[in-house]
Order: sequence, then C-alpha cells, then structure tokens
Amino acid sequence: MLEAFLTSAIAMATPILLAALGELLVEESGIINIGIEGAMLSGAFFALSGVYFTGSVALGLLCGIAAAIAINAMLGVLVINLAVNQVVAGTALDIFAAGITGVFYRKFFGITGKAFIVTPLHPIAIGSLAQIPLLGPMLFDQTPLVYLAFATVPIIAWMIHRTRYGLRLRAAGERPIAADALGLGVYALRWQALIASGVLTGLAGAFLTVAYANTFVENISAGRGFVALAVVILGRWNPWGLAAASILFGAAMALQFGLQALGTAIPYQLFLALPYALTLIVLATVGGQANAPSSLGEPYTRG
Amino acid sequence: MLSSIGKPAAAIALAIAMISIVLIALGASPVGVFVALYEGAFGNWIAFTDSLVKATPLIFAGLAISVAFSAALWNIGADGQLVIGAIAAGAVGPFLGAMPRPIAIAIILLSGAMGGAFWGGICGWLRARRDTNEVISSIMLNFIAAQILSWTVHGPLMEASRAYPQSMPIASSAEMYMFMAPTRLNLGMLLALMLAVAIYLFLFRSEVGFQLRAMGKNRRAANFFRIPIASLTIWTLALSGALAGLGGAVQISAINHRLYEKVSPGWGFEAIAVALVARLNPIGIVIAAIFFGALDNGSQAMQRAEGVSPVLVQVIQAMVILILLAFDTSAWENLRDTFSRRPIAPVRASEIADA
Repeated sequence: MLEAFLTSAIAMATPILLAALGELLVEESGIINIGIEGAMLSGAFFALSGVYFTGSVALGLLCGIAAAIAINAMLGVLVINLAVNQVVAGTALDIFAAGITGVFYRKFFGITGKAFIVTPLHPIAIGSLAQIPLLGPMLFDQTPLVYLAFATVPIIAWMIHRTRYGLRLRAAGERPIAADALGLGVYALRWQALIASGVLTGLAGAFLTVAYANTFVENISAGRGFVALAVVILGRWNPWGLAAASILFGAAMALQFGLQALGTAIPYQLFLALPYALTLIVLATVGGQANAPSSLGEPYTRG
Repeated sequence: MLSSIGKPAAAIALAIAMISIVLIALGASPVGVFVALYEGAFGNWIAFTDSLVKATPLIFAGLAISVAFSAALWNIGADGQLVIGAIAAGAVGPFLGAMPRPIAIAIILLSGAMGGAFWGGICGWLRARRDTNEVISSIMLNFIAAQILSWTVHGPLMEASRAYPQSMPIASSAEMYMFMAPTRLNLGMLLALMLAVAIYLFLFRSEVGFQLRAMGKNRRAANFFRIPIASLTIWTLALSGALAGLGGAVQISAINHRLYEKVSPGWGFEAIAVALVARLNPIGIVIAAIFFGALDNGSQAMQRAEGVSPVLVQVIQAMVILILLAFDTSAWENLRDTFSRRPIAPVRASEIADA
C-alpha cells in the first residue's frame, strides 16, 4: 500500500517537475509563461496522436515537443517581439490550446468512437535496485521520463548557476536593459529559453498521455501547468526546491486517489486543495517575490 | 472612436478567416459552420433570448476583469470568485423561504457578491501587504474554489436524499424574476446592464475611478501623487471579485436554482476575451459579452449540423485575444529591428537610472 503510494507520488510529480523546470528557464530569462498549461495540453494531445499514427513512441514524443514549442513560439512572438502583456497572452494561449486540442480530438476520435489508446511507455527497472523494498519501485522501476525529469534537475541547477550561459540568461531576467547594453542579446536569450522550455513542457504533457493515462481526454492536463507555476515559487526558483515542491504536489495527488479508494471520512478535496493553499501561505509568510527575477513579467523593448 | 470599434471588428474578421483555414484543414465547411453558429445563436426568438441569457454571467465577469485590469491588477481568478459567489448563494438560498421575494433575492445576490469580494480581496491583500503577484494567487484561489465547490456539494451542502452531488434547491422566493416565458430572460440581465453603466460612471466619472486608472497607468507615479495604492489595490480586487461573485449568484438564482459541480464552464477566463475585445470599456463589455454568449449558444447547433466540437468557440475566443494583442502593441517597429539587425541604440542615462 505504502509502496504503491510512493511509486504513484513520484510518477505524479514527474509531469509537474518537467513543466516547472521549463517554467523556471523562461522565468530566469524574464518571462512569466501562464501559457504553460496550454503548451502542456498540446504536448499531451500531439504526443499521443504521434504514437497512435506512427506507432513509434520516440516520434510521438517528438510530436509532443513540437506542439509545445509551437505554443511557446506564439507566446514568443507576442511577448518578446511585440512586447505585449505576458499574463494576458499566456491566458489566451491556454484557451487556444484547450480549444484546438478539443477540436482535433473530436474530429479524429470523437465521432467514430474509435479507441484512442496506445501501448504505454513501460517502466524500466534498473537492475536489482528495483528489488529494494519500499524504495525500489518508487525510485528504480519507473518509466524513462521519470528518470529524465529527475536527472534534469542537477543539469539545470548547474547550467543556471555555474555556467556563463546561465549568468547571461539570468541577466536577461534581472536587468534586461543592462544585459542588452553588454551585447548579450536579450531577445535571443529569451527565445532560447522559450524553446528549451517547450522541450520540457512537451515531455511533461507527453508523460500524461503516453506514460500515464495511455489515452487522451479533453483538458487532461487539468491545471498541472498552473501547478508548475506554483512549484517554481514554492521551490524559490531553485531546481532542487522545484523537485521537492513537485514531489509534495505529486504526493497530494497520489494521496487523493488513495483516500478515495479507502473511503475515509477526511474529504479528499482537502488534499487536492492543500498544495495550493500551502503555496498561498508560503507566499503570504515568506513574501512572494524573494528570489524571483527582478524583471519577471515586464515586457522589454530594446531602446 | 472609429478605431475603438474598427480594431476589434478587424480582429474578429481575421480570427474568422484563420479559423476558416483550420476548418478546411479539418474537412469541414467554414460557411456551414458559421451559418450553423449564427442559426443556433440568433435563428429564432428562443435562440436569441438564450444568447442573452448566456451573455449574462459574461457581463458580470467581464466587468470584474475590466475593473481589475484598468488598475493593472491582473486578476485571472474571476472564475474562482464567481464560483465562491455561487457557493455562497447556493448555501443561503434554501433558507430564504420565509422572506418576501424582493428581500430573498437581494439576500441571495448580496451573499454571492460578498463571497466573491472575499475571494478577490484575498488576492488584493496578498498583493498590497505581502508583495505577492496577484496572477499566481488568483490562479491558486481558482483551484481552491473548485475544490471547495466539489467538497460542499458532496458534503455539507449535499441534498437531503444524498442522491446526486448537488445542494438542496433554493427557496422559490429566492428565484429571480423571469420575463416573457417560455424564454429564460430574467432580471439578472437587466441588473448586468445597469451595473455596466454604474461601473462606467465609477471608472470614468468618479474620483476613486480616476485614482484606480491612474494606478493602472503607473503605480509609482500614483504613489507619488498620494494615491493610497495599498488600500486601493485591496478594494479594487474586492470589487472585481464582488462583480464576478454576483454573476455566480445570478446564475444560481435565475437559471440553476441549486448548486452543483461545474457551475462555471470557464466564464472567468472567457471574460478576459470579453473585456479585451471591449478594450475594458464597461459599455463595450455588454456588446462583447453578447457576441461571446451567442457563440457559446450557437456552438451546440454547430456541433449537430457540422460535427465540429463546440470547443471551436474557445479557439475563436483565443484567436480574437491574440490578434487584438498583436494589433494593440506599439512594438511593430521592434519586430522590424529584430529582423533588420540594426545596431542597438545607445542606452540613455535616464533609462539606466530608471532600471
């Protein structure tokens, strides 16, 4: 029981972590991407479609990534090149993605009643490590995307804080005008962050359909992109903090399923609301903007 | 004046053109789709009045967005505020049987407005006193509101028979005055129209409205001119929440008559499209809300006639917002610069001091 819960918690944390790492990259460059929910949803739908029509998981994942990058690119044109309000543009892209995936889904699968199911991405056990009681299945018997998500954490931590490129990226988010004056190319840095973020967000969406549900229902992302926004704040813009916060949200989601199955007196909605309430409490007590890039969300126009 | 109508009209036209391409790609007939949409929305008297009924919550939520966005407070939480308003109305509604009808209706609406004001006020307090981005807090509060709704209709407010996850029906005395049966036209629509005028006068003719808009243009300058930005932030978001919550209460009182899950199909988000098309003008919001309400209403007929998912309407909404955003920016020159790779102009000293 506990083993199943822990395994499920890590699995539920994975798409949130992937999306949150993607959000972290764009936020470090100075963009707040509210459209991440839409990018994730598009990734989920087009990854599954890719697997369904090509029969190849790898091609499916690429389709998911491409879809998320396409959504991010729409955001990029609007918020980087046209310097429009980031929150409004992102919200519009969420609505857009919900609509376009719904329209395509019903076109391909809704009317004929064809089953939109693919063979799932199987867990890969890492040798005898998977046999460790309790921790084995949780850490060493998961799908490859789980390993990838958690392996990305140290890479991004190193990239942001230990490399020259990371310094440039943060300069674009902290003082874009100064970064531009130094010839760092704020627009280019922000575009690169958006595209890299699209890769991670696309994989996050793909996880939901290809590795978890093995099918698509409308609005399958169910707010996980917004959760990723909260995770970035709760994790204080630190990749390790993001991992911890993602596991917290993942555990809350896994607990909810467990409680529903058990039929306890505690309303399961409490556990679903808890991470959001916790985020609010952290924001209210520690202060919201500490560690946030200074120019986050402000449109930047090159002088 | 011309451009304030011309741009949204052009954006809608461009959105329709782009969606036609999508429809052709999907193998559907654009003409058929738009004719079906129109027939479903305005084809007969019942359809037309139902479009107005569907526009009503969008007017309330659109006014909520207008008030907040005018102050540059990016309230993404109108949906949660509307839901909390509906919960408050649904909780109070069953107990108003002994009241005379006007008082019962006033109480149920006031409950909704207060619920929404509380939910919006939290965002305002967090922003003003805790330096917390209202975008994030309002999104979090949307989720919490949805969970509270789910819990109340499965728990404390669940009907006595425990058959369905829904509340007891509200007392008949708390049901909104209906007009011209068998249509679903009701006093709520008139209330929305009157509020639109009131909010217009508030924003553009009152001292506080001026301060609110000044804060929206430049928070720092507003502070310099002794506008109390902290309390104004709290009250603006509380007012915004109250308007959305009122929309939820009107829906319960006039249409649903009880609380159940899925009170809102996303009106709080659709309202952002409504408010932007109206360029935050409260009077324009009425017109834009009727347009979007008609789209929602026509979408069912479109699905029956053309087999296209009603969520196509969301694509149209999103395209209208995106195109309007792109039209409305002064940054076209920057785009040209990006591609022509002109050397960057030297940074002015004033800008460095500012940053």
